[in-house]
Amino acid sequence: MSVTDAAVQEDVSRSPAERITNDFAIQVATVNGSGSQTANLVLLRSIFQMGVPVSGKNMFPSNIAGLPTWYTIRASAKGYIGRKKEVDFLVAMNPETAREDVLTLPPGAAAVYDEPLKLKELRNDVTFYPVPFDKLISAITHDAKLRRLVRNMIYDGVLARLLSIDMGQMEKALRKQLGKKEKAVVLNMGALKAGYDFAEANLTKQDPFVVEPMNKTTGMILIEGNAAAAIGCMMAGVTFVGWYPITPSSSLCESLIDYLKKYRRDPETGKATYAVIQAEDEIAALGMVIGAGWMGARAMTSTAGPGISLMSEFTGLGYYAEVPAVIFDVQRVGPSTGLPTRTAQQDVLSTAVLSHGDTKHPLLLPASVAECYSMAMDAFDLAERLQSPVFVLSDLDLGMNTWMAHPFDYPTKPHDRGKRLDEETLKRVGEFARYRDVDGDGIPYRTVPGDGMPAYFTRGSGHNEKAQYSERADDYANNLDRLAKKFETARTLVPRPEIEQHGRGGIGLIAYGTTHWAIVEARDQLKFEEGLETSYLRLRAYPFTTEVGEFIESCDRIYVVEQNRDGQMLSLLKMECTLEQFSKLRSIRHYVGLPIDGRSVTTDVLKQEGR
Amino acid sequence: MATPEQPAAPAKKLNRIGLEPVVYRGSKTTLCAGCGHNAITERIIDSFYDLGIDPSQVIKLSGIGCSSKAPAYFLGSAHGFNSVHGRMPSVGTGAVVANRKMMAIGISGDGDTGAIGIGQFVHLMRRNLPIIYIIEDNGCYGLTKGQFSPTADLGSTLKTGVVNDLPPIDTCALAVELGASFVARSFSGDPKQLKAILKAAISHRGTCMIDVLSPCVTFNDHEGSTKSYSYVKDHEEPLGDISFVPFYEDINIEYDPGTTTAVTLHNGSKVLLTKIAEDYHPTDKMSALRLLHETAARGEYATGILYVEPDKQDFVELLGLVDEPLAFLDQARTRPGKAALDEIMESFR
Repeated sequence: MSVTDAAVQEDVSRSPAERITNDFAIQVATVNGSGSQTANLVLLRSIFQMGVPVSGKNMFPSNIAGLPTWYTIRASAKGYIGRKKEVDFLVAMNPETAREDVLTLPPGAAAVYDEPLKLKELRNDVTFYPVPFDKLISAITHDAKLRRLVRNMIYDGVLARLLSIDMGQMEKALRKQLGKKEKAVVLNMGALKAGYDFAEANLTKQDPFVVEPMNKTTGMILIEGNAAAAIGCMMAGVTFVGWYPITPSSSLCESLIDYLKKYRRDPETGKATYAVIQAEDEIAALGMVIGAGWMGARAMTSTAGPGISLMSEFTGLGYYAEVPAVIFDVQRVGPSTGLPTRTAQQDVLSTAVLSHGDTKHPLLLPASVAECYSMAMDAFDLAERLQSPVFVLSDLDLGMNTWMAHPFDYPTKPHDRGKRLDEETLKRVGEFARYRDVDGDGIPYRTVPGDGMPAYFTRGSGHNEKAQYSERADDYANNLDRLAKKFETARTLVPRPEIEQHGRGGIGLIAYGTTHWAIVEARDQLKFEEGLETSYLRLRAYPFTTEVGEFIESCDRIYVVEQNRDGQMLSLLKMECTLEQFSKLRSIRHYVGLPIDGRSVTTDVLKQEGR
Repeated sequence: MATPEQPAAPAKKLNRIGLEPVVYRGSKTTLCAGCGHNAITERIIDSFYDLGIDPSQVIKLSGIGCSSKAPAYFLGSAHGFNSVHGRMPSVGTGAVVANRKMMAIGISGDGDTGAIGIGQFVHLMRRNLPIIYIIEDNGCYGLTKGQFSPTADLGSTLKTGVVNDLPPIDTCALAVELGASFVARSFSGDPKQLKAILKAAISHRGTCMIDVLSPCVTFNDHEGSTKSYSYVKDHEEPLGDISFVPFYEDINIEYDPGTTTAVTLHNGSKVLLTKIAEDYHPTDKMSALRLLHETAARGEYATGILYVEPDKQDFVELLGLVDEPLAFLDQARTRPGKAALDEIMESFR
């Protein structure tokens, strides 16, 4: 098994004299549970500290220990932080996958490997660097457990030497990673140094890849999307969290718990200004959120696809009872066992219309860690403004991988608590009717228990505008029409798309979420390699704002690029398009469980363009 | 809960907080005439009126089914939420935690609790969430016209002659075992006992699980049903005569020291139970479980307060929340300052 879906790409053999600076991908192949995460993050961080744009992608199995895992670090002077599927520099530590890992390298690549694996004979178009890891580690410690833990740090040292990564930055990154554990720092530094010294004494640099200092990461941070979202939720003033553990969303609530414990205690009493409940399942998690939202709390949950399925019924109730709820869906590959640790954009259609009955829900579509942060705040405001469940569709790639970003801005916008009935409004409207469209925007006024305002009885679909039980046809239809009107209001409130228009006519691209990073790169490839200029619209929300239709109008043909099999966003677009717009839409789909890359998009566009 | 204060001598038709009985009523019932659930509704109205609980400080919750329609029929000026089948416990959990000042009463049924909702029921009991959780237990699915529920007794029959061949779930035994701090069973046709239990429950802080046998007059009140009026009347075993002493009235009760057990409730009020057996202690889990098993083996229902753990920490206390309702915290309390964000950002550099 190999993680790469690249197979052997087009021949890009390079002469040994050529230097490739700050533009390559390192892949570390290890066994899950072997403690490679520290070594990988130190490697990533030290390149980042040298001012070189990086991205790190962990491709790990659904397993705690024993199965193969790969970590890819991409350095890109141009700032491309999407996935690069071609591996330039392999670190082969896993006997199970080493052979295939080497066989799938493109010509001209390099490989550091554990000497006993004897990989050298496999290829003659790859530079090999054998390293006797066990021999080197035995000189550092005799403790078997410690040996296993710091063994991986040796390859960091070897790579520091081979790729010219500053050892001072390595040490700084290691200290950052290990915190104040001085004993661990000393031990790991020993391993790092052993690797470096070995490489210096025994390995002759033959590959073209080098890291050189730049100034492109000054002031930036490295963060995972789930942590970013958690910070956003805390700043959004979340007061209630109901959740159930599931990969890849668990770290969102776990980060949030840490932040809330630290920053959301009453300064005088030390008591919590929030509640977090680990529920018995996802049904209960959303049930609790609906209960808390109904009471007036800012309530959220976080889950992945299987949880979304279970939350279906409550989502529909939230829609009809008009209860605010924020639901993070960190998307992953399909149901049950198998690939729960792989990324996808497969829940777009199911979340947009989740539940039985006529329902549709706003979706926010973060593409970056910065948007995980800002859209968390948008989601709470929208949920209370619209009195409705609102989904934030992240994915495993964004949520669990490490991304560069500028530090997040402190929010200046006050929390929007939506339309709450007060004495003044009551006087103005004369009478409280929970589901009456007083303002013509489809959004009624609500009261919450304990606020001193009139009470009402909350149910699903069978009620009139006074929230009284009703099975009358006109009551039902009027309510549905008002809810549809509310959705039109949502269209004016959700984040607007980002558009880069290249004149009128020609090729347009539409994408969303993490697909964005592949588009950025593919557009450059199309432009600089093929002379093909493209326009681009990045969707940031559903329902679609008016710009989307205008963008489709402005292009001759539009490729909707996404990470699922059936073109789910394409389907949503088609539901709202005119026939003429519809005829312009084409589809590019990527569904291998690994993040989409720019080259795949470029290749597909060219193929469909007949070039 | 209402503020405990000494009431002025109430006018004839006002309770201690000056509200009329009609305030405690809800909309007109749409359940069948004679349905046991309506009798339970009446006792709820009486209990809340008698104790002078302000309806605006109460939330009513339910799942789906005949039972779950009931919250619309009492405390009309309280907020209510008729939620999802079997999932009222989760909605209740979120609601109670979001506003700890409100008193919560949830109405479920035997299908809503014992079948589709058993998972959430289990975890509600385990958390000891402060809520009065009533099962209006008729042993059948009324709203879908009479199918067996998981509390239907072994060997009971449907109108169509179908025999129930699986043993029932004893929700009281389950609740005792799982950690509910107040567990009782009563019968919809026994107003005196039911009202006393409800009043005790209103004064208890923690999960009050009350299983009320409530025969279905339409689908489950025939010969062969073990939840019919005649069967229950013949096989009910009252646990004790209960007199309830609310905390805002002088303690002035009749009781015989030799035959009663006094249980001090969380808020200082007391429930007195007349023992039916020399060694029965409602604060002893094992006694409660033994009694339930022994009476069940005889085909009888032990009614009354089966188990009370007055001082058990409830779920809201466990969470260590601020005193103000979470739902009403404003931005100043819930958005940390810029220094916090700066510190967090620094940790990612």
